[in-house]
Formats: sequence, structure tokens, C-alpha cells
Amino acid sequence: MIRLEKRPSPSNAWTAATPLLAVALTMIAGGVMFAILGKNPVVAIRTIFWDPIFGEFAWYFRGQLLIKGGPLILIAIGLSFGFRAGIWNIGAEGQYILGAIFGAAAGLAFYPDGGWFVFPLMVVFGGFGGWLWAMIPALLKVRFGTNEILVSLLLVYVAQNVLARAALGWLRNPEGAGFPGSRNLAQWDASSNPELIAGTGMHWGVVVAFLAVIGGYVLLNRHLTGYHIRLAGQAPRAARFAGVSPGRLVIFCMGVSGALAGLAGLFEVTGPAGQISIDFASGYGFTAIIVAFLGRLNPVGILLAGLLMALTYVGGDNASTNLGIPAAAIQLFQGMLLFFLLSVDVLTNYRMRIGRREAA
Amino acid sequence: MEILLSINWILLLASLMVAATPILLAATGELVVEKAGVLNLGVEGMMIFGAIAGFAVGVETQAPLLGFVTAAVAGAALSMLFGFITQVLLSNQVATGLALTLFGLGLSALVGQGYVGIKAPILPDWNVPLLSQIPVVGPILFRHDLVLYFSIALVAATWAFLKYSRAGLILRAVGESHSAAHALGYKVVRIRLLAIAFGGACAGMGGAYISLVRVPQWTEGMTAGAGWIALAIVVFASWKPWRVLLGAYLFGGIAVLQLNLQAAGLKVPVEILSMSPYLITILVLVIISADRSRAALGAPAALGRVFHASE
Amino acid sequence: MKRRTLLATGAGAAAAAAMGLPARAQTPLKVGFVYVGPVGDGGWTYQHDQGRLAVEEQFGDQVETVFQESVPEGADAERVLTQMALGGAGLIFTTSFGYMDPTINVAAKFPNVKFEHATGYKRADNVATYDARFYEGRAVIGTIAGRMTQSNKIGYIASFPIPEVIQGINSYYLHAKKVNPDVEITVVWAYTWFDPAKEADAAKAMLEQGVDVIAQHTDSTAPLAEMAKTTGVYGFGQASDMAEYKPSPRISSIIDNWAPYYVKRVQAALDGTWVSEHTWGGIGDGEVVVGEITDAVPAEVKAEAEALRDSIGAGAYHPFTGPINKQDGSVFLAEGEVATDEQLVAMNFYLEGIKGDIPS
Repeated sequence: MIRLEKRPSPSNAWTAATPLLAVALTMIAGGVMFAILGKNPVVAIRTIFWDPIFGEFAWYFRGQLLIKGGPLILIAIGLSFGFRAGIWNIGAEGQYILGAIFGAAAGLAFYPDGGWFVFPLMVVFGGFGGWLWAMIPALLKVRFGTNEILVSLLLVYVAQNVLARAALGWLRNPEGAGFPGSRNLAQWDASSNPELIAGTGMHWGVVVAFLAVIGGYVLLNRHLTGYHIRLAGQAPRAARFAGVSPGRLVIFCMGVSGALAGLAGLFEVTGPAGQISIDFASGYGFTAIIVAFLGRLNPVGILLAGLLMALTYVGGDNASTNLGIPAAAIQLFQGMLLFFLLSVDVLTNYRMRIGRREAA
Repeated sequence: MEILLSINWILLLASLMVAATPILLAATGELVVEKAGVLNLGVEGMMIFGAIAGFAVGVETQAPLLGFVTAAVAGAALSMLFGFITQVLLSNQVATGLALTLFGLGLSALVGQGYVGIKAPILPDWNVPLLSQIPVVGPILFRHDLVLYFSIALVAATWAFLKYSRAGLILRAVGESHSAAHALGYKVVRIRLLAIAFGGACAGMGGAYISLVRVPQWTEGMTAGAGWIALAIVVFASWKPWRVLLGAYLFGGIAVLQLNLQAAGLKVPVEILSMSPYLITILVLVIISADRSRAALGAPAALGRVFHASE
Repeated sequence: MKRRTLLATGAGAAAAAAMGLPARAQTPLKVGFVYVGPVGDGGWTYQHDQGRLAVEEQFGDQVETVFQESVPEGADAERVLTQMALGGAGLIFTTSFGYMDPTINVAAKFPNVKFEHATGYKRADNVATYDARFYEGRAVIGTIAGRMTQSNKIGYIASFPIPEVIQGINSYYLHAKKVNPDVEITVVWAYTWFDPAKEADAAKAMLEQGVDVIAQHTDSTAPLAEMAKTTGVYGFGQASDMAEYKPSPRISSIIDNWAPYYVKRVQAALDGTWVSEHTWGGIGDGEVVVGEITDAVPAEVKAEAEALRDSIGAGAYHPFTGPINKQDGSVFLAEGEVATDEQLVAMNFYLEGIKGDIPS
């Protein structure tokens, strides 16, 4: 009989080894699936994991990993604070949408005059929009004790309707021949968020995501608020005795995650996406939740997890196009990877013991 | 007013029940899971897998009820993946649940490739003798299919189970404090696995209700967020079975009503109508939670926490 | 590294593309397709994929097709397009309106690759656009609807308020009213292209309002499945034939048939005669096909509808021929005047007699 025994402290060796083990297991299980689908498993795995980084066109795809990973990392960092403190914002998708709408609206107000101040202003409004949307569940939680999981999630659906309204009404491009969608913000100099060094995928959103990783690290490890967050998560009662105000913590954590999600939306709409359209939201807010947990709610971990997720998206699309693997199989493959990553985590915190457990 | 009168309320209330049933089934299952202290965010994934499993078997055998049974088994099987990883390998439940959703969506799309555009066998309505003849009430309540009646019976059974049975008491104890329950000698992991399987079966049936009755057909991603709504309904209901019924019907009702109002020509922007089910759910939730005399919201104390026997 | 710096300018990118690709872009011609939904959606994407299969069938070894399904609009589309171009595709069809800007962007980097964007209005030397005159089909089914309704109430499940959908509503209503002056139309905006449960509910809501013939501009068969539960109500297949619901409630259908266009354009690319242009094909070109009118429709109605179909197909009749007034009573087309394509693509108003407002 195999038993698990909790380690006194997480194993450093396994912390490093488990992600590799999980990827290896996914390759095996995924390979079997691809083989069943009649595809060459080795080629499929190589296309997903190897080619985007080292393959023939890696000079293009490496940049794409940043474009895809940037928003995931940015949002996940924000979410991680709340998740540590037991505050569950799972509506980042809505905050992402509202950030994009607020930022785009702020910028378009100055069309076509423009000016140097337009983009910074949009950034401010983007963060503000996300923050504002997150404040709804936060304030309801503090004032009425309303469950923030539910409210933040329901507000995603509301946000999607607001997005439709914006794309079809308020922000519709007057020169767009009646088609839905705003002006292209990436093509207007004043609002554009271009690649800072062409071909690298580095745009302001990626820069801010990296800054958020550093900021998150500092906050959690070097700052009183970070200590409060960790304390509230691990020992809520102790936190209260230590003078942590639960209400303020909710406002802070929700606010930060909302603002970062809003920023992610703003950088996306001014850069890679280019415009507010009905289908602007593509699930970054939900995927970021997975990224946050894959990264163990640790800023550096989130950075790596975000890039890994991005790799499965980029590589998965490549495999789908080049090898004719259905998109559904790629989704299944991603699900497998997540399961394995979460499963092997047990080795970090627990020791496998064979035989009966000694008396506890 | 004229518009409100022009709506056929009897038909509306009857279709409300149909619209709400998938959410009701899934939410009832999730309620039991959460009462056992487990948060499974993979409801959407289990629903969609149940939708295709039930549809496939329903089509192949031309027996819709067999489809529902299969969907329940399929949902439970998928939930065991979640159960194994969270209960045995002690992973984070939120992340595992989300992964399950992703996995379920992919798996169902892959399995369902051959079932697009096929017609489902019809699950006939069963008019309850005598009762269905009552004016107004009859057409609303007693002219539905068996699964719909089953979903209501399930709510009643869940309520009675949790409130009166010894097993229900143990389940709740596990959800309130797994350490205490473990100290009393209860098999925490086993009980939770059973609850998770029940939740999976219910979600699977809820999905099959969409693919076999409500829509009825198979298309990728056809649950379109119903699983998330089911999760929301559980919180909304403060973990009380009858309130799950209320919440599901309220949500289903507004979703149907808004389309009726549109069809009847109400001059309210479409987006407002379209977001109204979500807004009203939030509003009701705020009212419920603001009323502090109703005491704690009833969330199981150990919800979402990892249990390991040696702790 | 050198390649990456080359990419710094558009011209450099063009050079890189030009250097790396033609060798592989020759025979067979690689043709790429980018889809917005899964090929199994049974509607819009499914029909495009049928077109792709027709290309494969027609040209055999001369072509190789690749496709990518469920591509979100925005950054992902741009990446997938780039990947196809890098992978040696010589001709790429992008099959959703939201791919417009990504297509233009990628096309600028790959001047030797030909692009075709569906339903958009932006062209370049290597970007052609194409669309189908669905309103022609709507005229035919509108005629059938006007004849078949007993309650004089016909319905339309609309997706989003864009010109294509508004053309459809107007054409459908106009021709129903021509054969049945008492007819009234109910429009429900589902605000989705594809959500079976919501579409079914929309159909149900209309049936409950006494509507007995429903056309849909959303892609799932759910409304037909809903109608199948009641006798004496009729609907039409949308995008694909939806033959499963023959002979009733599905009494006819509007089929998007992209095959002739795709075959023609691939042929042109192979022959070297491909030029950038806008193609708006209708019944006459075989792009819009009116599916079999079933026996549930009386023979004389069927004959009438088929006569209209043939007259539109032959170019003898244009569905928007004056006198036609707008909803507010002002003149849209004077007696005998025919709507220009410019007027049609900008259509943002209901015709006289339709109640309600277009959401904006």
C-alpha cells in the first residue's frame, strides 16, 4: 500500500523536477492520443513543444510566445494575490473586457487629433476600467457579504453584453461601412501599442507583465501587505488578531487584480487585437486562473507557467494546421498537461511511502 | 402593460421549467459536492461530456432514457479524474476543476465529430393523469418529460438526504471539518469521492438534457456556459436544495422571459435584456446576503480545502 | 539573428518571405483556410470546409490544403496566417469578417502570397474579398413564408445588427409582404452567431407569440429542432441545408455554397491569372443555393418561389427594386430604381412596415 507522508518543507529538488516530469508524462499520454488519431506522435509533440522555440521559424514564434503569454502572466499575477488571501476573483475576463473598452473610449475621444498623452491616458483608463469592474464584487462583498466568486463570474456575462454594445454602438467605427467594431487602434499612431523591437513580440503589455512579476515578488516577500495577504490565506483568525482588516484586503486584492486585467485588455486592444470587436474577448481571463495555479501563485512560477501555456497554444495551432490535428485534440492535450502538472505536484509536498503508516 | 398581457404566461412558465432543468440538475449535484467540502469547477466540462455521451447513445439506441443513464455514468467517470487528482494526489481543486472543464470540452468535441447535424430521438412528454387536466396549473406543471420530474424529485431527495439521513449528516460533517470527521473515524476521502461522482452524474444528465431535450442536437460547446451558471446557482442558493430550485427557475425564467419580451416588441435595448438574467441574479443575491438575520450563508467551512489524513 | 533584424522593416520581411518561400510554394499549390468556428458547427464553417474539400477533389495532386479551425479574431488570427504563409501556403482564405485587419497586416508582409478575405471591404494587391448575396435567397424564402403563414406572423432570429443581417430581414419581409400584404414580422436579436440553447429559446418565444414561420440568421439547427416539436410551423435551413428536418419544419433552405468560388480562385492562382478584386456572388453564380422546397409547401407556392429564384438567378429581377420606402416613410428606392451595391453594404435601416428598432 502506498501512503503519502507530508514533508516538513516542500522538496526543492521536486519543485524543479515536477514540471519536467509532468511535461514528459503529457508527451507520452498525448503521443498515444495522437497515434490513435493516426498522426505521428513524435512529429506532433515536436511541433508543439520544440518547433516554436527552436524550429525553422522560431525567430517568429518566440515573439508570439510573448504576445500570447504576456496577458496571461499579467492577469495571473494580479489574481495570485487574492487567491493567496482566499479572495476569489474569477471574473478577470470581464475586467479585461472593461479595461479594453474604457481605454479604447478614452483614446478615441481624441481621434483624430491625437497627441503624446493619448496612449498614457488610455493606459490609465484601461487599468481604471478593470479596477472599477472589480470593485463591484469587492464592495458588495465588503458591504453585504455577497459572494465574490459568483458576482465576479456573472459580471463576465454582463461585460460581454457591454462589449457587444460598444462594438455595435458607442465605439463603432463611423468609417467602417456599418460593420461592427471600433477604429483600429493599433494603426493610429497616438493609440498604437506596437512591438518595441520589431519581431520580438515585446510590446508594452509584455513589459508591464514582466514588471508585474517583479512587483509581485517584491510585494509578497518584502512588503507588509504581502505578509498580510499570506497570513490571511494561511491563518485567517491570526490575521485578524494581527490587525489585518479583511475588508481592506478584499478591496486591495480585487482592485489590483481588476486593474491588471484591465491593463492586459488595454494593451491587447491597442496592439495584437487592434480593435474593439464583438469577439474581442478570447478567454485570457479564465486561462489566467489556470496559469496562476500552475505557477503555484508564485510570481516567478506564474511567469514560467504563462510561457508554457502560451507554448501549448502556439505550438498547438501549428500542429493543428501542419498536421491536421483537430483543434479539439489540442484542447484535450492542454487539459492533460494541466492534469499532469497538478498531479505530480503531490511529490513536492509529500513523500511516497510504501507499507503501513507508523502511528501518527 | 399591453406587452405583458400579450405574452402567453402559461406557455412561458412551462418552457421556463424546461430551460432551467439542465442547470437545476447540475447545480443539485454540485451542491452535494460542495456540502462535502469539495469545490469542483469542472461542471461545464462534465456537462458537455454528458451531453455528447447521452446524445450518442440516445441516437444509436433510439432510447433517450438510456442516453440519460449513459450521460450520468459518463459524467461520473469524468468526475473521478477530478476526484483522483484532488483527493488522492491532493491537488488544488480550483485549478483541477478548471482543467477538467478544458479537458471535457476537448474530449466531447473529439468524440462528437460524427454526431453533428443528427436528429435526436424525442423524449415524449408524460402528462400526469388527472393533474395535467387542471386548468392553468396542469399545462404548466404536469405536461413534461420524465427527466424534468426526476430533476425535481432529485432536489427533494437531496434535501431529505442532507437534512434527515445519517449519511447526509456525515457528509455535511466532512464538509464542515474534515479533520474532525476523520478523527471520528469517517473515511473522508471515500465520502468525498462518492459526492464527486454524484455531482458528475448529475452534471452529465444536465448536459444530456440540453442535447436530448432542450435543443435537441449535438454541437461543439453547446452547453455555452450552463455549467458556470449552475455553480453560481449553488452559491446563490446558500447551499440549500430548495433554493437551488428557486435559483435555477428564476434564472431560466428571466432568460426565457427576455426573449419573449423581445418577441413581443418591448422597447428596451437588447443588450440590457440579454444581460438581465445575470444582473437580476446578482441583485437577488445581494438582497439575500444583505439580510443578515438569515445568519451565515451556509458555505461549508472546509470548502475547497485539501485534506490529508496526517494533518 | 540576421533574419530577425531583416524583419525590422516591412520590406525586409518581404525579402525574407521572398527568399524562403517560392521554392516550396510552387507545385503543389498550398491553399490555406482559416475558420472562425469548428468544422463541425454544421453551419458557416462547415460550409467553408465543404468548399475546401471541393478544391481538393477538383485539383487532386495540384493542390495541398491546410486549415485551422476555431481561430479567435485578433492576434491569434495574425499568427495563424503568418504560420501558413511561412509554411509555404500560396493562397489563403480567411473566412470571417473579424479577420479583416489581420489579413491585411499579414498580406503586407508576404507580397507573394495571395489572400482572400470573406465579407470584408479592405483590399490590397494581394488581398481579394468575396461575399455572397444571401439576401437573394432571403427573397425566395420570404415569398414562401408569406404564403405559408396562417397567423400572418413571421419571425426572424437575427444575430447581430450588421448590414448583411439587415439586408436579410428586409428582403425576407419585403417578399413576404408582396405575396401577403397582411404579414407582420417579429425580429428577435439573439446577439450570437451560434448558441443552440439560446436560438431554441428564441424560436420558442416567437412560437409562443403566435409566429408560425421562422427564418434564422444564426447557424445552429436548434430553432428547427424546436419547431419540430409543434406541427404547422415552418422554418428554413441556414448556411447548410439542414436536411435532417425535411420535409417539415424545414421547408427550404439557404445554402452557402463556396465551392464554385474557391475552385475558380484556386484555378486562377494555378494559371497565374489571379488578381485582387471583390466578388459578390449570388444565386446566379451558384454561391447562394436555395435548398429543395419540400412537399409541405403547396405546388403553386413552390412554383412561384422557384420562378422568383430563377428570375433572380438570371439577373432579370433584383430583390431590392423600387418603389421601396424606409421604415420612417422616406423613400429608399423610387419606382423602378434598383439598389446599388454601395447602398446594400451600408444598409442600416428597416423597410416600411417593420416594427421595432434596430439595436445600435
